[in-house]
Amino acid sequence: MDFPYLSVITLSPFLAALIIAAVPRKQHLTIKLIAAVSTFISLLLSVVVAVKYYPQADGSFRFIEKLPWIKSFGISYHLGADGISIVLLMLTAVIIFCGVFASWHIEDRPKEFFVSLLVLVTGVFGVFVAVDMFLFFFYYELAVIPMFLLIGIWGSTRKDYASMKLVLYILVGSAFIMAGLLMIYFKAGLNSFDLFEVAKVSFPLAFQKITFVLLLIGFGILIPIWPFHTWSPDGHVAAPTATSMLHAGVLLKLGAYGILRVGFFLLPDAARFFAPYIAVLGVINIIYGALCAMAQRDLKYVIGYSSVSHMGYVLLGMATLNFFGLTGAVLQCFCHGIMTGLMFALVGFIYERAHTREIADFGGLWKKMPIIAGVFTLAGSASMGLPGTSGFVAELFVYIGAIFRFKGPYAILTIVALIGVVVTAAYIVRLLQNVFLKELDPKWKDLRDPRGIELAPFAILGGLILSVGLYPVPLINLMSSSVALIIKRVVGG
Amino acid sequence: MKFLIYLAPEITLLTLAIILIFADLAVPQDKKEYLGYFSVAGLIGAWFTVIPLAKQEVSLLGGSLIVDRMAVFYKELFLIVAILTVLVSIKYIRDISRFQGEYYALIIFCTLGNMLMAASGELISLFVALQLGSIPLAILAGYAKRDPKSNEAGFKYLLLALLSNGVLLYGISLIYGMTGTTELSKIYIEILALTKAAGGVTETLFKQPAFALGLVMLVAGFGFKITAVPVHMWVPDVYEGAPTPVTAFLSVGSKAAGFAMVIRVVAGAFGAINIDWPLIWALIATATMTVGNLSALPQTNIKRLLAYSSIAQAGYIMIGLAGFSMLGISATLLYLFGYVFTNMAAFTVVIIFSKFTKSDEISDYAGLSRRSPVLALALLIALLSLGGLPLFAGFITKFYVFAAAVERGLVWLVIVASINSVISLYYYLKVAKIVYVDQPIEKEAIPVPPSLALGLGIATIGIFVLGIYPQPFMNITQLAAQSILIR
Repeated sequence: MDFPYLSVITLSPFLAALIIAAVPRKQHLTIKLIAAVSTFISLLLSVVVAVKYYPQADGSFRFIEKLPWIKSFGISYHLGADGISIVLLMLTAVIIFCGVFASWHIEDRPKEFFVSLLVLVTGVFGVFVAVDMFLFFFYYELAVIPMFLLIGIWGSTRKDYASMKLVLYILVGSAFIMAGLLMIYFKAGLNSFDLFEVAKVSFPLAFQKITFVLLLIGFGILIPIWPFHTWSPDGHVAAPTATSMLHAGVLLKLGAYGILRVGFFLLPDAARFFAPYIAVLGVINIIYGALCAMAQRDLKYVIGYSSVSHMGYVLLGMATLNFFGLTGAVLQCFCHGIMTGLMFALVGFIYERAHTREIADFGGLWKKMPIIAGVFTLAGSASMGLPGTSGFVAELFVYIGAIFRFKGPYAILTIVALIGVVVTAAYIVRLLQNVFLKELDPKWKDLRDPRGIELAPFAILGGLILSVGLYPVPLINLMSSSVALIIKRVVGG
Repeated sequence: MKFLIYLAPEITLLTLAIILIFADLAVPQDKKEYLGYFSVAGLIGAWFTVIPLAKQEVSLLGGSLIVDRMAVFYKELFLIVAILTVLVSIKYIRDISRFQGEYYALIIFCTLGNMLMAASGELISLFVALQLGSIPLAILAGYAKRDPKSNEAGFKYLLLALLSNGVLLYGISLIYGMTGTTELSKIYIEILALTKAAGGVTETLFKQPAFALGLVMLVAGFGFKITAVPVHMWVPDVYEGAPTPVTAFLSVGSKAAGFAMVIRVVAGAFGAINIDWPLIWALIATATMTVGNLSALPQTNIKRLLAYSSIAQAGYIMIGLAGFSMLGISATLLYLFGYVFTNMAAFTVVIIFSKFTKSDEISDYAGLSRRSPVLALALLIALLSLGGLPLFAGFITKFYVFAAAVERGLVWLVIVASINSVISLYYYLKVAKIVYVDQPIEKEAIPVPPSLALGLGIATIGIFVLGIYPQPFMNITQLAAQSILIR
């Protein structure tokens, strides 16, 4: 039997959480080191997995692990990864690794903090590698409660409200997902939750439509699709830095991944039927999120709403049902994750020292924090989709896909979506100008740049933005066949 | 004399209870704690008498008692409940009464009644067993004699239990009048025969007012026991007033016994009637969980909160009944199993907390995680399991009952129930937030006596085992469900 890469990636944070639970409360450094080591193992192995997958990236699932679990329902502990999973796996690993360093300063009950954070990331890893739908759902729900604790205990700004809202929204979503999955299970009648098994069944269109809508609502809440998006900015703002990073960077992608993996893969006819509606929702997300971001005064809210806007590209890309669009959607998942994770790390760093996030309070920080300002500009460029950054590649792919797909009067969708780029540029430039340029307020004279280990997240994430922006080919090759397989299922031929 | 072997668990319990009553008179006051440990030992002994019955399928005493896999499942379940209850009572009851032996004897009598209820194959013996399971509970609920709330609880329970049992008995008499028998399997056959005589149209049978009324009265009588809406009104007051270990016992043991009756009677005797049982149970379940959850929202007392939450939980269990299939009954049983561990864990934390602080107010739980991290974690685990989140028993069992409903085509019920569990998570998490986020008013750590720690430990391990590897338990519940449906 091969080395169980996926299990180790998934469970190493969980194991670390158990070990941390046993470490004495006062040993802060030990706790942090254990967290760092375990996430580093996950990161390292996810890269190893990618490297091993790369030479024959044929879109198939590999690194399969299968153990029987609940036989009565034909549920098994079945893991596997294809190109798309691996891309998202790497994203999660990078973000959590950086997140641990971004939380290095936590002094309030670090033990509980890191246990929650590591359980959360186990859930996220698990979703991306689960082949069994029950296991998928199990991991999905596992991620919810740590989120509640992380925001509720270590959060800021209206944390009680935000944490409760986030959890209730996500759980309402999972109610629909559970109903959908059970319907698929019984309709298929194979006594199996296995994605591969169930995929062999072709369901009648009417059934597909109902189930797809359930799944779309359920996963859509997580993406977050307008009008179910309001929990997301509130949650981002209230969460502590590492949680915001993970939350905006990875958690939103769970929704997109769910729609792609379960919705598109198992219910292809319904996916084809609903694609135009998804496109419209995507465009609404792009424009609405961007306009909301324009109006915010809190740094984190700007980034929170920009996530709503950027996730719109993912939806639009998926709805194109062609190679460019879908590749763009997955790329956007990756790039947005890196970019927004970086932004939250930056804002977290500033907030910790300045204790405010009001844009109007700042000004001229460039003079005191040149590195932060520089990296923020880089992240902002990625957000705007400037060439040379990862955002450019992803958005370009999505737009090319959309142009191919939406011809004639439907081209209006692409045109409206393009306006989003302009609005994004407006709020990003406004933010950079007000925070970093202008005159320096004397009260910020004690601010300083990150040093030593604090630099790690900025260097890693910033480096990724540039390298993916300049040479995205490996990433695209990694997932292209997997994307092609999904397209083949949905549109046939 | 072979039937003595089949009755060995019941006989053991009866002997144990009688010994305890007399021992109570002889044992000096400061040694009475040992009566508790003695009861635990006796209950574990009774467990060994259950083991040889595991694969039996017999009916005794002219069909009035049945030993099948379902009866055995319930015997084991009730023994677990009794062991946990006694464990968590030992330190608590010492402070409220001199007659501790009597207390344990009453718990055991009640357990005996519950066991017989789950094993009854006939309506009259069912009724007698029900009384045996109910009357000790009334005494137990009023056991804290100097506490007016406890007195009220005992009296309230006694009156309402007698009333509902009376209704049930009336129902039984009507059914007997219509079918000429009280034996469940014969009622089943009789209904089939009557249906045939009426030309295959069972609606005509149900249109006979006496029959319909009898059935409604039966369901209402069961409803009291399983705390179904609208006969749930007694729950909050009794749960709040009764001594907390008794509340814990009441919330799991008595409810499980109620479901045993329902499964036996409805599936065993009235399964042949052509009325839409799934829809009926689906509607009762919807009402029960919605009322339970909405009423739990504004509660400030943890016992009242858990009382309403237990009504809501009963609603989820009824979803399994709505499935009205092998999967559904199996799911009901598994849910009960998980619910026993989960609710016992929650109440044990409440017992430990109130013993030290003399308070059941949720606001006093503020900052519990800083005072006693282990206790706080146990409460969190229990609440999350009640809320149906993964790693814990509640997730698997809820998934199981939902699956049964979807199999029956009741997708709407699953969505309603899931939304309900989101509502329930709101108040569970509110408690979790108070425990974990708020600042403690007092800083003192809360001591956990060993017997309570043991009870809490068993319950918590049960929650995890069921939540992570439920397959062995599913096998047991599936066999139990088969034994009831195959006959």
